[in-house]
Amino acid sequence: MTADRATLVEARGVSFRRNGREILDQVDISVGLGEVVTLIGPNGAGKTTLVRMLLGLLQPDSGSVHLPSSVCVGYVPQYVHFGPVMPMSVARMMALTRRPARVEIEAALEETGSGHLLEANAADLSGGELRRVLLARALLRCPDLLVLDEPVQGVDYLGEADMYALIAHIVARRGCGVLMVSHDLHIVMAATDRVVCINHHICCSGVPQEVVKDGNFLHLFGSRAGVVTAVYQHDHDHEHGLSGEVSATVRNPRSRAGAMRGQNGSG
Amino acid sequence: MVLDDFFIRSLLVSAGIGCVAGPLGCFLLWRRMAYFGDTMAHSALLGIAVGTLLGIKPLAGVFAIAFATALLLLSLQKAVRLSSDTLLGLLSHSTLALGLVILAMSGHAYGHDLLSYLFGDVLAVTWSDLVLVWVGGFVCLIVLMRVWHPLVAITVHEDLARAEGAPVVRCQVIYMLLVAGAVAAGMKVVGMLLVVALLVIPAAAARSFSRTPEQMAMMAAVIGIVSCSSGLLSSLAFDTPSGPSIVVVAMLIFLASLTVRPLTRAFGSRQVRSS
Repeated sequence: MTADRATLVEARGVSFRRNGREILDQVDISVGLGEVVTLIGPNGAGKTTLVRMLLGLLQPDSGSVHLPSSVCVGYVPQYVHFGPVMPMSVARMMALTRRPARVEIEAALEETGSGHLLEANAADLSGGELRRVLLARALLRCPDLLVLDEPVQGVDYLGEADMYALIAHIVARRGCGVLMVSHDLHIVMAATDRVVCINHHICCSGVPQEVVKDGNFLHLFGSRAGVVTAVYQHDHDHEHGLSGEVSATVRNPRSRAGAMRGQNGSG
Repeated sequence: MVLDDFFIRSLLVSAGIGCVAGPLGCFLLWRRMAYFGDTMAHSALLGIAVGTLLGIKPLAGVFAIAFATALLLLSLQKAVRLSSDTLLGLLSHSTLALGLVILAMSGHAYGHDLLSYLFGDVLAVTWSDLVLVWVGGFVCLIVLMRVWHPLVAITVHEDLARAEGAPVVRCQVIYMLLVAGAVAAGMKVVGMLLVVALLVIPAAAARSFSRTPEQMAMMAAVIGIVSCSSGLLSSLAFDTPSGPSIVVVAMLIFLASLTVRPLTRAFGSRQVRSS
């Protein structure tokens, strides 16, 4: 949490329980202007719950979320389904909650390399095309903060690198803050200022190069996950259960995680 | 063919309802709520029973109970750990059975009245029914236009719409009110067993002719008007029951629309590739 960056959104000590299950436990996270924060963690770790809280869609049981009303958020959700019965052209989808001018729509689509899709039917788009169109839709709001839930959802292996390059380009050009969510590592970490690794609680957080050396991180993702600058080999050689718990160390790692947070907090 | 007064009245009433039901029905399809509508329709008999007991107009009872059923469904879906189809099956049949029991207990004979509720009796509408349907339908369309954009956004992605400031709950409740109104009005035309057809079939037929939600709504209104009026005319020509004839015509239009669809789809995707 760098002091010289204006904080766009911040959660302090948020906890959330549902049906007797601890989904989030004392989680802290913040995103500043011009900062790219990546939230990683296994499936079911509470990433989407945390994102929904940061967006104000869900109230924490305890703790607080601060999202100033002056901060404009561009949200790209993880899934958007158009059933076959819903006719929805890309142009129409760009005008869901606002009515931007045609030129604005075209410019936003061009910015994400999807200008040729203007008249396409949204249900016919490929996974990668849909991600780009949704990103363009979020950009139309001129966001201070982009929230990208699984930005490479449905994108093929080669397309992932392009997608991250595009996000990096947008950040460089617009200077907005980005909160990215990923259930896996890939090359995402190389393009990130700060990684927050979550499995119901914060396991560790910091710059990618430090996080990959953290014991909690290695427990969660396996030692081979430490290759962040090279193209990530997508091997599922690490172990975790269906609900995301990995080992005894991960269930009770507060002391180590706290120490890690303390180190990075000063940086 | 010389049309009697009563027939012109029925034509105008059913066309008015068809025009409103089509656009409303689009959301039932988009949000996969066809059986939600069906459950509201099944609750109509309970509405009639309640209306009779309270001494208000039966259709006012239908409107109130259908709306209450919808709200109950919405809240149960959030609160109870039962799947939607279980809840729909539960509510739709318990309200129907409850309605029949209360009607019987209140000394209502299962006679012509019940048949007209089940299958509609559009030929019996009065001038005041006509005024009510047209004024109500007009108000309904105005309200639908006001909540249209947020409703479309909610349908695409509820969280996204909420994050961007769409009043999600308010729009959903307003939409339920409109559907309850359409169910109550549609009872007159095709009866509670077929009323959801007025909502669903014209909207489904409109899909083939549209590339945006707005086009689909407008086409659904047109197809609704055409089905209702030509269904009624054909019931006169072939001496068939009016409500079912309307639904059969709507179904025929839907079947015809399926032949159009491959053409528009092929045309649509070619457009994308060539640009």
